Amino acid sequence: MIAAIRPHQRYAKGTTIMTVDWPTALPLIFAGLMGLSILIYVVLDGFDLGIGILFAAAADHEKDTMIGTIGPFWDANETWLVLAAGLLLVAFPLAHGVILTALYLPVFAMLFGLILRGVAFDFRAKVPVHRKGRWNVLFCAGSLIAALSQGYMLGVYVLGLREGAGAIGFGFLVALCLAAAYTAMGAAWLIYKTEGALQEKAVRWLRSALVLTVLGMGAVSLATPLASPRIFDKWFEFPAMLWLAPLPLATAGLFLVLWLRSATLPHPQDRHALLPFCILSVIFALGFAGLAYSFYPYVVPEKLTIWQAAAAPESLAIILAGTLFVLPVIIFYSIYAYRVFGGKATDLSYD
Amino acid sequence: MDPLILSRIQFGANISFHILFPTITIALGWVLLFFKFAYNRTGNDAWMQAYFTWVKVFALSFALGVVSGVTMSFQFGTNWPGYMETVGNIAGPLLAYEILTAFFLEAVFLGIMLFGFRRVSNGMHTLATFLVAFGTTMSAFWILALNSWMQTPAGFEMRDGVAHATDWWAIVFNPSFPWRLIHMLIASGLTVAFLIAAFSALRYLLGDRAASMRKALATGVVIGAVLIPVQIFVGDLHGLNTLEHQPQKVAAMEANWQTRANVPLVLFAIPDEQTRENRFEIAVPGGASLILKHSFDGVVPGLDDFIGDHPPVFAVFWAFRIMVGTGLLMLVVSWSAAWCLWRGRELPRPLLWLMVPMGLSGWVATLAGWYTTEIGRQPWLVTGVLKTADAVGPVSGSHVGFTLAVYLALYAVLLIVYLGVLVHLARKAAAEGDPEPAPAAADRALSQPAQPAE
Ligand code: HDD
Ligand code: HEM
Ligand code: HEM
Repeated sequence: MIAAIRPHQRYAKGTTIMTVDWPTALPLIFAGLMGLSILIYVVLDGFDLGIGILFAAAADHEKDTMIGTIGPFWDANETWLVLAAGLLLVAFPLAHGVILTALYLPVFAMLFGLILRGVAFDFRAKVPVHRKGRWNVLFCAGSLIAALSQGYMLGVYVLGLREGAGAIGFGFLVALCLAAAYTAMGAAWLIYKTEGALQEKAVRWLRSALVLTVLGMGAVSLATPLASPRIFDKWFEFPAMLWLAPLPLATAGLFLVLWLRSATLPHPQDRHALLPFCILSVIFALGFAGLAYSFYPYVVPEKLTIWQAAAAPESLAIILAGTLFVLPVIIFYSIYAYRVFGGKATDLSYD
Repeated sequence: MDPLILSRIQFGANISFHILFPTITIALGWVLLFFKFAYNRTGNDAWMQAYFTWVKVFALSFALGVVSGVTMSFQFGTNWPGYMETVGNIAGPLLAYEILTAFFLEAVFLGIMLFGFRRVSNGMHTLATFLVAFGTTMSAFWILALNSWMQTPAGFEMRDGVAHATDWWAIVFNPSFPWRLIHMLIASGLTVAFLIAAFSALRYLLGDRAASMRKALATGVVIGAVLIPVQIFVGDLHGLNTLEHQPQKVAAMEANWQTRANVPLVLFAIPDEQTRENRFEIAVPGGASLILKHSFDGVVPGLDDFIGDHPPVFAVFWAFRIMVGTGLLMLVVSWSAAWCLWRGRELPRPLLWLMVPMGLSGWVATLAGWYTTEIGRQPWLVTGVLKTADAVGPVSGSHVGFTLAVYLALYAVLLIVYLGVLVHLARKAAAEGDPEPAPAAADRALSQPAQPAE
C-alpha cells in the first residue's frame, strides 16, 4: 500500500509534489473497491437471503411482513453483486475468466437460486391466491440455494481453487455456515424491522443461527492458513502476529457480546433493536479483512496477483474517474432510500 | 457436443430471455411517467388507476430483467473468457459505466417508485419514476454502445493481440451506434405500445368499460401508430449504414449471392449455402438495388465477395424477413385502430381479437432483429478483431450442456408464468377495476397512512 504512492519530493519553488505510480496504484485501488463491494453485498444481500431462508421456519401469516421488511431493498442489494462481478470483469479480466470457469457449476447454482427467489418475490404477490404457497416455497429454496453456493465458492476459493473430494467437502461445510450466517443476518434484520411475536421469534432464530456462524468462521480461519504455507507464514510470524491478534480477538469478543445481549432482547421501548445487525455487520467486516490480508496480493490464490491480472492502466483510470464521482452519489441515495423506508415494517393484510 | 456450439446456444438463450424484459421496461418507465404527468395535470383518477395497473407489470418485468441480467454479467466470464482477455480494455469501462450510472439508479429508486407513494411527496415520487425511466434508458445506451462497437469497432489499436483504447468518443459513438440506439429505443416503445393495447383489448373483450382501460387503450394505439412509420424509416437508414460498414451482413439479409446491378428484392426464398443460390425465389426485380442504392442499376455487394467470411445466410435472411413482416403488420393494425378511435367509434371485435396476440409482436420483431444483427456479425465476435471460436472458455461440453438444459427449462416456466400473470392481472382488473399496486406483499401500500415525519 505504502509502496504504491511514492512521494517524490521535488523542491520546485518551495512546493512539494507527490507523484503517484499509477500502474502500481490502480490495481490496488480496484482490489480495494472490489473488496468493498463484495463486503457491502454480503452484508446487504445477506440479510435478505437470510429472510428467504427463514421462510422455512416462519408461519404463513408472518411471511408478508417478512417480505415487507426487504421489499424496497432487495433489488438494490443485489446490484452490489453485479458491481463486484463487474469490477472483477473489468479490472481483472484475466482473473475473471480463471475464477469463473473454475467455479462454473457453483456460479450456475447461485444464479439459478437468485433467479428463482427474484421472480418468486414478485410472482407470489401477483398470482391467484391459492398458488401463493408454491411461490413461498420457491422463494425459500432459491434463497437457500444462492446462500449455499456462495458459501461453497468461498470454501473452494479459500483452498486456492483446489479440486478433489477434500475441497468439495470443505466447500459444503462453508456452504452450510455461510447460509447460517446469512440466516443470522436475516433474523437480526427482522429484530430491527418487526415487533411483537415475530420479533421474539426472530431473537430465537438469531441465537440458533449464531452457533453455526461461529463454527463456520472458525473453520475458514483455520483452513486458510493450513491450506497454504504462504498464508500460514503471513499470520504466524512474530511481529505480524502481534498487530494481527486484535482481529480474531475482537471477532470473538463481538460474538460473545452478541450472544449475551441478544438473550435479553427485545427490550421494552424496543431499544437496541438495531444492535444485533450492527454487531454482525462488524463481524462480517472483520472476517473479510482477515481474508483480504491472507490473500493479498493474489486475486487467483497462488497463481495471479492483482497486477498480473489487471486491465490496462488507461482503462482503469477512466473507470476510476467515473467511480469516484458516482459511488458517493450511489451511497448517498441508497442511504436516502433506507431512510424513506425506515421504522417498523407494517403488517400488511392480504385480500 | 462441442462446447463452442453449446456455449453459443447458451449465450443466445440467456440474452434472448434477458432482452425481452428490458425491452418492456425501457419504454414502460416513460409511459408510467406520462400517466403520472397526465394525472398531475388533469387530476383525473383514471390516469392514476392506469398507473397502478401498469406499475405492477413494470415491477414484474423489472424483476425478470434484473435476475436474467445478473446471469448475463457472469456469462462473459463463464462462457467467453477470451472476450474479456482481448477486448476487456474497451468492454470493461463501458460495462462499468452501465453499472455505475444506470443499474444503481434504477434499483434504488425503483423501491421508492413502487412502495414509496405514501412515504414521500408526490413530487419526489414523480422524480423517482423519472429516475427509473432514465436509468433504464442509460442502461440501454451503454450496452448498445458496447454491442455496436463489437459490430463496427473504432477508436482503438491492437498491441500484442490486446485492444487498447485510443479515443473514447470514437468508441462510444462508433459508426453503427446512433442508429442502433434509436432503432432499439423505438422498438421498446412499440413493444410496450402493443402490449398495453393488447392488455386493454383483452379487458374490453372481457366486458370491462372502465375509463382507465380506455385511456390505456388509446395511449397504446396512439404510441404504436406514431412510432411504427418512424421505425420503418429509421430501420431503412440503419440498413444503409450497415451496408456501408458490414456489407456482408446486408448481402446475407438480402440473400444476394453476386455483386451486380439490378439486384432483385427477394420476398421469399430458401437460401442454399451448398449451391450458393436461392431456391423457390419470389422477387421484385431491381427492388434491392432501388432500396439500397436508390437506383435500379445501383451495384450491390454480394456474398461472392466474402466467401468463407460471411454469416450463415438462411438464418439472417429469415430473421430479417420476420422483423420487417412484423413491422408491416404492426403498421396495418395500429393504423386501423387509430382510425377507428379518430372517428370516435368503438373498435370492431375482430380487430380487438387481433390486437390481443399482437401484444407479443414487439417481442417477435425485437428478437428477430437481434438475431439478424448478431448472427449477421458471425463468424466474428468483434468484427475484424476476434473470432467467436477463439473466445470460448475451457469448460467441458457436458457442464455447458447441463446448465443449458436447466436454463431452458427454467426460462420456459418463467415465460409461461409471466404471461399467465399478465392475463390474470387483466382479468382481475376487468372484474374488480384497477387495484392499487401490489407492494411488498399485498395490494395495500397506497392505503397505508403516510408515516409521520421522524
Ligand atoms: C419492434 C421492433 C422492430 C421493428 C418493427 C423493426 N425492427 Fe429492425 N431491429 C429491431 C427491432 C425492430 C431491433 C431489435 O431493435 C434491432 C436489433 C439490433 C438493432 O440495432 O435493432 C433491429 C435491427 C435491424 C437491422 C440490423 C442492423 C444491423 O445489424 O446492423 C436492420 C437493417 C433493421 N432492423 C431494419 C428494419 C426495417 C427496415 C424495419 C421495417 C419494418 C424494421 N427494422 C422493423
Ligand atoms: C448488447 C449487448 C450484447 C452483447 C455484448 C452481445 C454479445 C454476444 C456474444 C459474446 C455472442 C457470442 C457469439 C456467438 O454466440 O456466436 C453473441 C451471440 C449472440 N447474441 Fe449477442 N450480444 C448482445 C446483444 C444481444 C441481444 C440483445 C440479443 C437478443 C436476442 C443477442 C442475441 C445473440 C444471439 C442469438 C447470438 C448467437 C449467434 C450465433 O451463435 O450465431 N445478442 N452475442
Ligand atoms: C441490447 C442488449 C441489452 C439491453 C438493451 C439491456 C438493457 C437492460 C436494462 C434496461 C436493464 C434494467 C432492468 C430492466 O429494466 O429490466 C438491464 C438489466 C441488467 N442487464 Fe441488460 N441489457 C442488454 C444486454 C445485457 C448484457 C449483454 C448484459 C451482460 C453484461 C446485461 C446485464 C444486465 C444486468 C446485470 C442487469 C441487472 C441490473 C440491476 O441489477 O438493476 N445486459 N439491462
